[in-house]
Amino acid sequence: MALRSLVTRKNLPSAFKAATGLGQLRGLQTFSLPDLPYDYGALEPAISGEIMQLHHQKHHQTYITNYNKALEQLNDAIEKGDSAAVVKLQSAIKFNGGGHVNHSIFWKNLAPVREGGGELPHGSLGWAIDADFGSLEKLIQLMNAEGAALQGSGWVWLALDKELKKLVVETTANQDPLVTKGPTLVPLLGIDVWEHAYYLQYKNVRPDYLKNIWKVMNWKYASEVYAKECPSS
Amino acid sequence: MSWCCTYNPLPLYSRLQVTDFSCSWQLKNAQKMLLSLGKKPEKKKQFYRFQTPSKVVAYYRLKTPPYKLDALEPYMSKRTLEMHWEEHHRAYVEGLNKQLANDDILYGYTMDELVKVTYNNGNPLPEFNNAAQVWNHDFFWESMQPGGGEMPELGVLQQIEKDFGSYTNFKEKFTESAFTVFGSGWIWLVLKREERQLAIIKTSNAITPLVWDDIPIICLDMWEHAYYLDYKNDREKYVNTFMNHLISWNVAMERMARAEAFVNLGEPKIPIA
Repeated sequence: MALRSLVTRKNLPSAFKAATGLGQLRGLQTFSLPDLPYDYGALEPAISGEIMQLHHQKHHQTYITNYNKALEQLNDAIEKGDSAAVVKLQSAIKFNGGGHVNHSIFWKNLAPVREGGGELPHGSLGWAIDADFGSLEKLIQLMNAEGAALQGSGWVWLALDKELKKLVVETTANQDPLVTKGPTLVPLLGIDVWEHAYYLQYKNVRPDYLKNIWKVMNWKYASEVYAKECPSS
Repeated sequence: MSWCCTYNPLPLYSRLQVTDFSCSWQLKNAQKMLLSLGKKPEKKKQFYRFQTPSKVVAYYRLKTPPYKLDALEPYMSKRTLEMHWEEHHRAYVEGLNKQLANDDILYGYTMDELVKVTYNNGNPLPEFNNAAQVWNHDFFWESMQPGGGEMPELGVLQQIEKDFGSYTNFKEKFTESAFTVFGSGWIWLVLKREERQLAIIKTSNAITPLVWDDIPIICLDMWEHAYYLDYKNDREKYVNTFMNHLISWNVAMERMARAEAFVNLGEPKIPIA
C-alpha cells in the first residue's frame, strides 16, 4: 500500500525508529523519582521532615538524573563500539544506579508510626530472626554496631541469603548495592548511614540516629519480602 | 612543666606537641581529655602536684586552626567549624589516643610517620583511620585562610601553569575532580615526587597522598559533614566557594618552598661568577 512505497530499504531503520517513537533502536528506559508513600514530616521525631525532603528531592533525584545520563552515555558507547568508554562508565553507573536502587528500597523500609512503623516483626521473619541472631534486640544491637563502625559512607543491611536460607547482616560502602556482597543476597532492610541521612538532625552522633530509626522501621515490608523468598511450607 | 611528663617516662619530644600547659585553653582541653578518658580532674592545682602513678597519658593533641572559628564566615560558618573541629576532629584525636593507649609498638612517631606506618602499605591497621583523619584535618584547616581565594603567585603559579597549562584549567580540573569524589573522601593538589609534577588526586575516606610518599600542597574535605550544614547537598557551590574565597595560596607557597628541598623541580640556578 502507500506505506510500503514510502518505506524503502534505505529508510527502514529510521522509519522504524520514528514509528515506534524511540530515540535508539535499543529502547532505553529512563528512571524517575518514586513517590514517598508518606509525607516528609510523617517520620518525625525519628527523622526530621527537612532531612526527608532533602534526601528524597535532592539526593535521590540527583542519583536518578546522573544514572539516566550515564545510561544514555553507555548506550551511545555500546552502539559506537567504544569499549574504553563502556568500561569507564561502569563506576558512574554503579554509584548512581546503586544510589537509586538503595534509596528506593530505603523509602519502603520506613513507615510512620501510625502506619505500623516500629511494630515488631511477627510470623516467619520473627522466627528466622530468633533462629539466626538469638533475639530481635541482638539483631538491632549488631546492626547498630556495624552501622556506627562503618567508616565514611555506606549502608547497613539485613539480608536474606536465598541459597543458604539464612539471615545475615552486611554492610556496603558508598552506594554499592547489596548484590555486590553476594549474588544470592536479598535486601530486607537497609539503613542509610551516609552523613546526609542524619547530619542535620543528629549532627555527628550516628549512634543516636541508628537507635531512633528502629522506631519507624517498616517490618511489614521486610516480612513480605521474606515470605516471598522463603514461603513457609 | 608539662604534667604529662611526670606520669610518663618516655621522652617528651617523641610525640607531645604541647610543652607548655600554663595556657588556660590547654588546661581546659587537658581537663576535657581527662574526662573523656574516664578520670575526674579534681582541682586545677592538682595537675602540678605529683600524684600516685595514674593511667592518664596523652599522645597527640588537637591543634587549633590558625584563625578564629568565625573567621571564615560567610563561606564556612562558625557552626560548621564548631561541629567539624570541636566534634569530628576532636573525636578522631581522642579515638587515636585511646587506641594508642593499648599498643606500645606505635609510640614515639611524629604524626606524618604514624600515618605512613599505620597505613601498612595498603593493609591499614585500626589506628590508621583516626591518625590519618587527624592529619588530614590539621592540613585542611591550614589550607584555608580568611580572605583566601584569588590567584596563586610567583613559584606556585609558575608550577601550575607548567603542569596544567593555566590557572583556569587547573581550577576546572580541580572542581571537576571534586564533584566526582564518590562517597566520603578528599581532593588534593600534590607534588608527585617521582614525576616531579603537580597533580590532582582524589582519595576516599581517610586516605592521604602521604602514604604514597607524595607531598600534599592543598586539600579539600569532601566528606558530607564538611559542607552539609552550610550548603546541604550543593557540592558545586561548596567547591567553588572554597576555590574563590577560602583556599590559602600563601600556605601553598610555603609548602611548595619546603617541598623543593626534597624534589628538584627544575634546573638548578647556578650563579655565574
